[in-house]
Amino acid sequence: MNAEQILFILFGAVSLIGAIAVISFRHPIYSALSLIVTFFAQAGLFILLGAHFVAAVQVIVYAGAIMVLFLFVIMLLNLGTLSVKGALGGKLKGFAIILGILFAAEGIYIAVNSLNDTAVASAESTAAAVTTTTYDIGELLFSKYLLPFEVTSLILLAALIGVIVLVKRDSQEES
Amino acid sequence: MSLEYYLILSALLFTTGVIGVLIRRNAIIIFMCIELMLNAANLAFVAISRSLGEATGQVFVFFVMTVAAAEVAIGLAIIVSVFKHRQTVNVDEVNSLKG
Repeated sequence: MNAEQILFILFGAVSLIGAIAVISFRHPIYSALSLIVTFFAQAGLFILLGAHFVAAVQVIVYAGAIMVLFLFVIMLLNLGTLSVKGALGGKLKGFAIILGILFAAEGIYIAVNSLNDTAVASAESTAAAVTTTTYDIGELLFSKYLLPFEVTSLILLAALIGVIVLVKRDSQEES
Repeated sequence: MSLEYYLILSALLFTTGVIGVLIRRNAIIIFMCIELMLNAANLAFVAISRSLGEATGQVFVFFVMTVAAAEVAIGLAIIVSVFKHRQTVNVDEVNSLKG
């Protein structure tokens, strides 16, 4: 086993355990903290894949901004005392887990079998370990994907206006 | 590491998110599970981008992250306003659209 395989197993195991912890903890704060662990492990996987820019954005945007927003809302609503019995019980839970295992089996089957005869598999053997730099991503983003990039700003603007409208309506109703 | 292992890990993470959405009734945890699924898709994007040797997949990861950020902002605002009206974030108790 070389270093890359050991690191893959380490980061992969940490992200999977973190993901399972997210859905099994009772208290939302613990779930949020487990999700941060998962995000950091995935940033490690991104670095293993040579995607340094994505790894940095993952830590800053996901583990930083988005999870702070989650923690802020959980603390604002003080959910710890309210949501203790917040899980599906008994038969339905077992049914959901069986469905999930079937879904995972399908996903693994597709991941293993669809690669055999596609362009991806043949490209894999020819492409050496290429590290994608921020320069490459920026070049694509501002040439080929310029229009989607501009539309992204519209999405953010819509989100901004949406949040302001939601919050403002509430405060008007109270007054 | 070959591409397959990354895709299998991605499938497992996505499934964990799906199971979470199915079994948890707390709206905030359901939201976290959606983030988990988006992240699993990001992992598949980056792995395939690497094995094809080009940066396009990482550009798409950038777009996915933007959409996720917008979605979280709106979703949490909705959850906060639902909580103000109903005093709960349990999705089984929030069963009508009328405020």
